[in-house]
Amino acid sequence: MSNFLTDFPEMPNKQFREFKKGVDASYKDFAREWGDLIDAMFDPLLKMLVFFEKTLIATPWPIFMIVLLGLTYWGSRSIKLVIGTFLAFVFIGYFRMWDETMSTIAIILTSVIMSVVIGLPTGIAMSRSDRTQSIVTPILDVMQTMPPFVYLIPIVMLMGIGKIPGLIAVVIYAIPPLIRLTNLGIREVDKEALEAADAFGATKKQKLYQVQLPLALPTIFAGINQTIMMALAMVIIASMIGVKGLGQPVLQSIYNQYFTKGVLYGLAIVIVAIVFDRVSQSYGQRIQKHRSGKIV
Amino acid sequence: MSEAKIQIKNLYKIFGKNPKAAMEHVKNGVGKDELLEKHNHVLGLKDINLDIHAQSVQVVMGLSGSGKSTLIRHINRLIEPTDGSVTVDGDEVLKMNEEELRSFRRSKTAMVFQRFALLPHKTVLQNTIFGLHIQNISEEDANKSALRWIERVGLSGYEDKYPQHLSGGMQQRVGLARALTNDGDILLMDEAFSALDPLIRKDMQDILLELQDELHKTVVFITHDLDEALKIGDRIAILKDGIMDQEGIPAEILLNPKTKYVKDFVEDVNRARVIKAKHIMSEINGQDLSGAMPIDQDDFIDRFIDKVISDKPDNLVIQDKHKKNVGFLSTQKLSEILKR
Repeated sequence: MSNFLTDFPEMPNKQFREFKKGVDASYKDFAREWGDLIDAMFDPLLKMLVFFEKTLIATPWPIFMIVLLGLTYWGSRSIKLVIGTFLAFVFIGYFRMWDETMSTIAIILTSVIMSVVIGLPTGIAMSRSDRTQSIVTPILDVMQTMPPFVYLIPIVMLMGIGKIPGLIAVVIYAIPPLIRLTNLGIREVDKEALEAADAFGATKKQKLYQVQLPLALPTIFAGINQTIMMALAMVIIASMIGVKGLGQPVLQSIYNQYFTKGVLYGLAIVIVAIVFDRVSQSYGQRIQKHRSGKIV
Repeated sequence: MSEAKIQIKNLYKIFGKNPKAAMEHVKNGVGKDELLEKHNHVLGLKDINLDIHAQSVQVVMGLSGSGKSTLIRHINRLIEPTDGSVTVDGDEVLKMNEEELRSFRRSKTAMVFQRFALLPHKTVLQNTIFGLHIQNISEEDANKSALRWIERVGLSGYEDKYPQHLSGGMQQRVGLARALTNDGDILLMDEAFSALDPLIRKDMQDILLELQDELHKTVVFITHDLDEALKIGDRIAILKDGIMDQEGIPAEILLNPKTKYVKDFVEDVNRARVIKAKHIMSEINGQDLSGAMPIDQDDFIDRFIDKVISDKPDNLVIQDKHKKNVGFLSTQKLSEILKR
């Protein structure tokens, strides 16, 4: 009885082993049964990802550069940023990292699109009902604090190693800020503006599209920016389960202690991150021009 | 007097978890403070009865927390009452379903808000057509009507500016143009001018009166400012702690305040500027009218007081605009009214 206070009354070893075995076995059964179907469901997504990747790699570099710089200017209206982006991508190309960078941009694009498609409606649903919010919030907490390695295991068990499991891992990791900030942005919309819309006889849908979403847009945009950044951070970890791109060489460098290679590819990730961040942020600021300005 | 356009009957509003239960206490005479302390419910409105006449300006006045903003929101049902009835043109607003309520709000009412409540991402023109836009009225028609009102409130040239680029007074002009563009019979103005500087407020009051002269809308105007109430109100209702203390034409409220609260409110008002001759005249009943000074019935006291002082007549005879004698006022009574 004296043991009771010093040792926590834990599950007997044998039962614990069986418990683990049982859960593992049933999950394996589930994976065997449903794996193919789930794979098939994600097929369109894989096609989109592969399409982006192939297109980006096949595009001649001068054309890619012109389009990228054009987008940078369109988004930010800043010549400084355009020059910076140009130099950054010259660095990437000159140090032989072009194709990997294209693969990474492809997966970032796909996962951000997927995050917006899932995250925006989820955030809207959360903002409309406290009940939904109280259910979704703890799920987001788990997604944000659970070490990514842990959820990689069941994903790989279910779908094997490859692009799609990597994409799913990236989305799980990157989507929470977008959902949270969409919810927050809509909830923070000025009550009087909503009341005015009500007083003039707006429907729920009209309120959403004409008042709530436009007024929440800056906050939602901050969420998209966060999602892009987190997706980039996740690319390294996702390379462990077969995502091609800038992550794989970094992983190799860790295993083989290639110092220079590791630093170069690491820098390439930083460069892509900074360019995406600056462009999306200055675009976000530009679309809310009406917020600044002086009284006439 | 024209018939009631908006009729509010036995209206109660109690805020809290279980308003129906709290209703019983209120009906048994529990007051606002006691209800909050003992039952943890807030009394918003208690047994409000008010007939608002078509084409008139009904002011609802009270200090903050008196329930005036709550009351106006019952007319277009932005707030659900606990009990009572609100009818507009004979239709019970509280029985409308979602669709009926929406079409009622779109076609009959328009609202102007204390803090403007403009949409910051829309331009002045886009804000002005908002009411029509959500009714899917063609952009061309909506713009045509909006531009007219933008011009009427003096904002021509600012159509493409965003609200943040305008001063408070100009923003509220947009609010007014937006409400007028909606073209409902009823204009609900919730402390519409309270957030503005005094000079700009006066401008806006003048604009409203000028427009009302022409449009004859049914205006419900909320304010905490007695001067404003007296200036624009055809009738004034005074609210205190969710209870309507008094309702009537401005002169009646000034001359016969029913409660101490109303009396305190009207004490410092310059009566000469608010009371018209017709409000204080008595019937002609064989008085000697020779030597009486003729006065127009719609003149405010301060328009004829100087002449009364210099000419020192004993009596005044009140005439309508066709110079027909309609009333009698002794100088002595006039001086009593001004002294009181």
